[in-house]
Amino acid sequence: MNDVSISIQEHDFNFADELEKLEQDNQQDGAVVSFLGRVRNKNLGQQVTALFLEHYPQMTEKSLQQIVQRAQQRWQLGRICIIHRVGLLAVGEKIVMVAVTSQHRSDAFEATQFIMDFLKVEAPFWKKEVCEEGEKWLSPNQTDVDKAAQW
Amino acid sequence: MIKVSFFAALREQLNCSELNLDIALPLTVAQVKAALISQQPQWAGSFNNVLLLSAVNHQMVDDKYNVNDGDQVAFFPPVTGG
Repeated sequence: MNDVSISIQEHDFNFADELEKLEQDNQQDGAVVSFLGRVRNKNLGQQVTALFLEHYPQMTEKSLQQIVQRAQQRWQLGRICIIHRVGLLAVGEKIVMVAVTSQHRSDAFEATQFIMDFLKVEAPFWKKEVCEEGEKWLSPNQTDVDKAAQW
Repeated sequence: MIKVSFFAALREQLNCSELNLDIALPLTVAQVKAALISQQPQWAGSFNNVLLLSAVNHQMVDDKYNVNDGDQVAFFPPVTGG
C-alpha cells in the first residue's frame, strides 16, 4: 500500500477497515494513532440536525498533501491516512479520520494532532449547520487558529 | 482572462459560483478584488471583509500576490472543516 492515502468522499467509510490497512504488512511501526471526527447533536447550545460540508475540489487534496509533507519532515512516520467527507451528513455520521503509524508513539501522537490542527485552518472545507431554525455557515473557532499557531 | 471562483457563504452572498474576468494583467489579488467591486458595486461589502481568504492556482496567497493571465483565482471565507 501507498504510504499516504488521502480521500475526499461523500460516502461513509469503515474506521476499522482503514486502520487495518495501515497495519497490514507493516511490521516496522509499533504505533498507530487515529482521530475520528463526527457530527455532534449540539453546537453553541443549539440543537443540530445535520451538517453540510462544501469544499474546493481542485485545492483540497493539494492542501492536505502539503500538510502531510510538513508532518513527514518533522517526524519519523510510516503510513498516513486522511479521509474527509463532503455533502450532507446527519448527526452521528463520521466527518473526518486522520491516522498515522510510526515506530514509536510520540511521533504518531504529535503528527496526528499536527495534521488535524492544520486541516482545521488550511484545508478548504466549509461547514453549514442545519438546525430546526434554519441553516447557518459556521464561523472559524479562535481556539483552532491558536492551536495551529502553537506548532 | 482569469477564472474566479467563490465558495461557501461568499458564493451565497454573491449568488455566483464562478466567472471569467477579462482584464489587463498582471494585477495583485487586491486589485482583482477592486476590479470585481467596480463591475459589481453591490459586492463591496463582501470583498472588504478582512477575513476573506484568497487562493491562486489552488494555493493560499495574500493581497499582494501577483495574478497572471490564465490563473485560477478563488475567494472564500475562513475554512471550517474537520
